[in-house]
Amino acid sequence: MSCAENKVLLHALLDNELDAGHARELETHLAICPGCAAELRVYRIMQEAISAADLRFTAPASLRRRIEAALPTTPQRTTNRRAVLKGFVMGTALSTAMAASLVIGIIRTDNDQRVLGDVVAAHVRSLQGEHLTDVQTSDQHTVKPWFNGKLDLAPPVLDLTAQGFTLIGGRLDYIDEKTAASIVYRRRKHVINLFVTQASDAEYQPAKLNTVQGYNVLHWRAHGLEFFAISDINEEELREFGKKFAAGLDPART
Amino acid sequence: MMLERAHHQAVAQAAKPELRLVTGKDGSEHDRAQRFHDAALPYLDDVYTLARYLLRNKADAEDATQECYLRALRHFDTYRGPAMKPWLFAILRNICRSEFARRAGNSVNIDEQAEPDEDAIPLWQEAQISPEETVLKRWDADTIRRLLAQLPAAFHETIVLREINELSYSQIAEVVGVPVGTVMSRLARARGMLRQAWIAEDGTRS
Repeated sequence: MSCAENKVLLHALLDNELDAGHARELETHLAICPGCAAELRVYRIMQEAISAADLRFTAPASLRRRIEAALPTTPQRTTNRRAVLKGFVMGTALSTAMAASLVIGIIRTDNDQRVLGDVVAAHVRSLQGEHLTDVQTSDQHTVKPWFNGKLDLAPPVLDLTAQGFTLIGGRLDYIDEKTAASIVYRRRKHVINLFVTQASDAEYQPAKLNTVQGYNVLHWRAHGLEFFAISDINEEELREFGKKFAAGLDPART
Repeated sequence: MMLERAHHQAVAQAAKPELRLVTGKDGSEHDRAQRFHDAALPYLDDVYTLARYLLRNKADAEDATQECYLRALRHFDTYRGPAMKPWLFAILRNICRSEFARRAGNSVNIDEQAEPDEDAIPLWQEAQISPEETVLKRWDADTIRRLLAQLPAAFHETIVLREINELSYSQIAEVVGVPVGTVMSRLARARGMLRQAWIAEDGTRS
């Protein structure tokens, strides 16, 4: 391809929009073309400057009230933050056991089956179309605050890039009739969705691996939260992900 | 047992958001409003931000945002997803365009404005500045907004949707109603023009 074409394509590379084949082709060209490589650098600097400048606006509270008032009823949000906090305290005390006891689940109740079905459906949905992430960034300090006010819980967001699991963003989803946070990771070409919902009880539950419709699902409960990690990576790697996440959450205890 | 399983399946079906969203006629008005609230209100800042960039005026942006949510609620039954944010943006964009048309007193819209530019400016025009010699300053938010505002409308909206509202190319294509390839070439051109303005800004200050 000519430099003129590549100079358009490098914007797609910058925006993570190129498929693997074209990205490889363009990177090969960039390695031998100082002009195009320099151009990419300049646009990357400009993009970083734009994202660092915080160019968003916040809707005035009066506008939010006006819109809420215009809805047929004022919705009541049932938030029980105290329960979540209590869960965190209990979870911390129990998390030593968590990393040590990854067990394969054999017996499932019908209810578990249904929730796992939800998890698989949500995972598949996230891979179809263009809705893998609502907030797309590798920065855990961007993903975590993004969930503020959107959920009744504060999901822990960990950057596990150094451990081989790249954080690529977050998304709102729906699991077990509850809104759920999905924290999205990538392992090579495989997507891992980590769904986090508020736990119905705060009792700690060690990680359990299930295979549903060909997907591996790792479930555990800790810190008053339900965690479901799902991916098409192999069991071994998904367990490793669970361990790394648990270790990252309580570094002092593992 | 079978009944119980059937019940679980029914619950699981109902739990899928895209199915819930279209069952408005069966649910009560309150349920519908609640679902709309949960699905659409998290994007209020996004919608307001886009309105501020498209209309460049605080009061108009507030009115357009409110109108956007009222229209979205009215059409909520036809919402099929998958993503709420681009859907709201498409509604907002229509509102902003008719507002522009009203202000201009005719039917000029930003798509029509964009056409002559797209043929007239070669894609690689910006490469005349040697990138190696270019050092980009980190301008503050107000300066960057002013530089963005100088771009022709079609390029301005594309780069705002990408860099500030963080939509993917296909979502931008959906909102603006152009092919993905056009999104990419507009973005390339928008960034080229922005870079020139960015560098020229340094000249005006020194």
